[in-house]
Amino acid sequence: MTEKTSDIKIVKEPEGLKGEGFFATRLDQVLALARANSIWPLPFATSCCGIEFMATMGSNYDLARFGSEKLSFSPRQADLLMVMGTIAKKMGPVLKQTYIQMAEPRWVIAVGACASSGGIFDTYSVLQGIDKVIPVDVYVPGCPPRPEQILDGFMKIQDIVKNESLRRRSLPEYKELLNQYGIE
Amino acid sequence: MALTSDILLSKVKDFLGEDLISSTDTFGILSVNISASRNIDLLEFLHKDAAIQMNFLTDITGAHYPDRKGQEFEVIYHAHSFVNNIRLRIKCPLPLENLEIKSATSLYSGANWMEREAYDFFGIIFTGHPNLKRILNVDEMDYFPMRKEYPLEDQTRTDKEDDYFGR
Amino acid sequence: MIILEDKNKNITLDPLKKVDETELTTLNFGPIHPATHGVMQNILKVNGETIVECEQTIGYIHRAFEKIAEHRPFYQITPLTDRLNYCSSPINNMGWHLTVEKLIQADIPKRVDYMRVIIMELSRIADHLVCNSVIAADMGALTGFTYVFQFREKIYDIFEEVCGARLTTNIGRIGGFERDFSPAAHKKIKALLQEFPKMFNEFKSMLERNRIFMDRTIGVGGISAERALNYGFTGPNLRATGVDYDVRVMNPYCSYEDFDFMIPVGSSGDVYDRFMVRNREIEESLKMIKQAHDNLPEGKYYAEVPEFYLPPKEDVYTKMEALIWHFKIVMGETDVPTGEIYHAVEGGNGELGFYLVSDGGRSAYRLHFRRPCFIYYQAFSEIVCGGMISDAVMTMSSLNVIAGELDA
Repeated sequence: MTEKTSDIKIVKEPEGLKGEGFFATRLDQVLALARANSIWPLPFATSCCGIEFMATMGSNYDLARFGSEKLSFSPRQADLLMVMGTIAKKMGPVLKQTYIQMAEPRWVIAVGACASSGGIFDTYSVLQGIDKVIPVDVYVPGCPPRPEQILDGFMKIQDIVKNESLRRRSLPEYKELLNQYGIE
Repeated sequence: MALTSDILLSKVKDFLGEDLISSTDTFGILSVNISASRNIDLLEFLHKDAAIQMNFLTDITGAHYPDRKGQEFEVIYHAHSFVNNIRLRIKCPLPLENLEIKSATSLYSGANWMEREAYDFFGIIFTGHPNLKRILNVDEMDYFPMRKEYPLEDQTRTDKEDDYFGR
Repeated sequence: MIILEDKNKNITLDPLKKVDETELTTLNFGPIHPATHGVMQNILKVNGETIVECEQTIGYIHRAFEKIAEHRPFYQITPLTDRLNYCSSPINNMGWHLTVEKLIQADIPKRVDYMRVIIMELSRIADHLVCNSVIAADMGALTGFTYVFQFREKIYDIFEEVCGARLTTNIGRIGGFERDFSPAAHKKIKALLQEFPKMFNEFKSMLERNRIFMDRTIGVGGISAERALNYGFTGPNLRATGVDYDVRVMNPYCSYEDFDFMIPVGSSGDVYDRFMVRNREIEESLKMIKQAHDNLPEGKYYAEVPEFYLPPKEDVYTKMEALIWHFKIVMGETDVPTGEIYHAVEGGNGELGFYLVSDGGRSAYRLHFRRPCFIYYQAFSEIVCGGMISDAVMTMSSLNVIAGELDA
């Protein structure tokens, strides 16, 4: 028997007991594996960073390599909210609404200086960072960040997803975090 | 005969008479200062006049000059004649107490949003405008942010220490 | 006015006339709908699939550019202009530089003009490529989009080689460029000129005479030249209606009079015409880049305006005078002439104007951007009323509304 060689990379299996015809491992590890490699992002693209996201999605950088071939434009089916671009105060409630509409588990990534902190727009009309209205998992700096940086941020999210405990979302600490933002 | 700034100015002068306050010709654009009540008359005249044919309204915007007593605000129109390739800047000063000026929406559909923007930023009221309300800012905003007395930064935020930003 | 006939009911339906309100459905289109390509909200009243009424709300990304500009020295306004129409930032940058140069009456070397033309036309290509490929993507043909983005990346590679950034370039300075084109940049421009037409022909042949594409776009979202002028349309959208207004020809700036190029015009102002005009413009831009690159004059890549152009870093460390200028520029202590100025350039979407009032202070007293998107997007309501919802999506992408420019 010769082992088939291929240049297609597949993710490594988690630790477990292996034998002929069976493989036993922990449920949370299997779930983490599946979740981390099939994240459906919801691109909340408002401005310049959205154009860089288009490049990230495009053929040169190809976000699909990380299991995100499918962009979910509906918040109901999305796992990851990618906020790219300036969020003005007028947009704040819309963003929050979108976040609330997403089903658990959900993650948020703030792409670019504007989404992270308001960036160069320290003005009366711009929200000074989206963490004023929703909790954020990963911040990607840059104005706009290069596609590589967005990919790096995305891989950080994959790490978080992989290592998240199964019970996190039902812990009182998590409830408290959401309550801080006035959600539920 | 090509239409030059001089001819254009004399035509505007003939039409407006005393309502033409002053005029300058700098950086290639003739700029006329007129009394605010005649703004639409002049735009219409420029539009209809066969020799001028200024039928493109490039821009409407406002400006705030708090130091000019009695004419703190200004509405600025940029008109353009494609046929003669000549531009004209029309400036209408307005006093703070009476920020009303006639709307150009009857003449140019494109004036709609530009006037709404000027209202949003400066509080200039365009009479006869079909839908004069805020356009860029939130409806709840209770001041006109582009006026010079209002600061650029949001005053309610707590996250940034002014000392660190040299303010 | 378009009169639609509803054959099933055997009545003539005038979609623009008030219909019984209870029969209409209200549909919220935006602000983050994937097909709006930006943040604008359209509240549509629809009768079946026909749009009867459309109310637009904008301002979801209002960032107060004009207010910021009143608080920044001139050279710090360039990064703001980047973020207006971020699909073609270099045009905005240079528009601003040209405005200030007109104010200070700087004498710009020919080489700078030609270099600027190369950069501006490259970004025009990038802008139009995004717009045109997105029209196809909105119809479901994503192939064109992923294909042309490879070549858009090559344009970004050139920008990166010239200034170090991809999208928000902040390219050049008041007075010229921060550095000359490197040999690698020349090589990349040459390579692009060689490879681009082949790719572009493929893209064109995929769509231009494609039956499905033509059926979906011809006669959709049209506007007459008269209405377009009344609405203040400029750029490709105005040219698609048949008016040959182009700032580059009407009021040449940056030595555009030296170049041999055509202004493509359409006739009906519909989605197809806009698409075709943009395609032709890409070809004309390519021609201009070739001319500028072949005839690039020798000379300096910056003008002699020491009070605005940052001196080279080595000089700052070694020469007294350079250090003084550097300090003065960075602290915004240079004298600026007073005056009012309006300067327009042909941006990706049309006439991008800068109305600058300078009172001699370190920052602009008042700076107003004439944003083409903001002015023509208000016609959207008139264009889509009477049409189908799916046509509204394509009308919007073909108008190329860029949110950053729309809301400033």
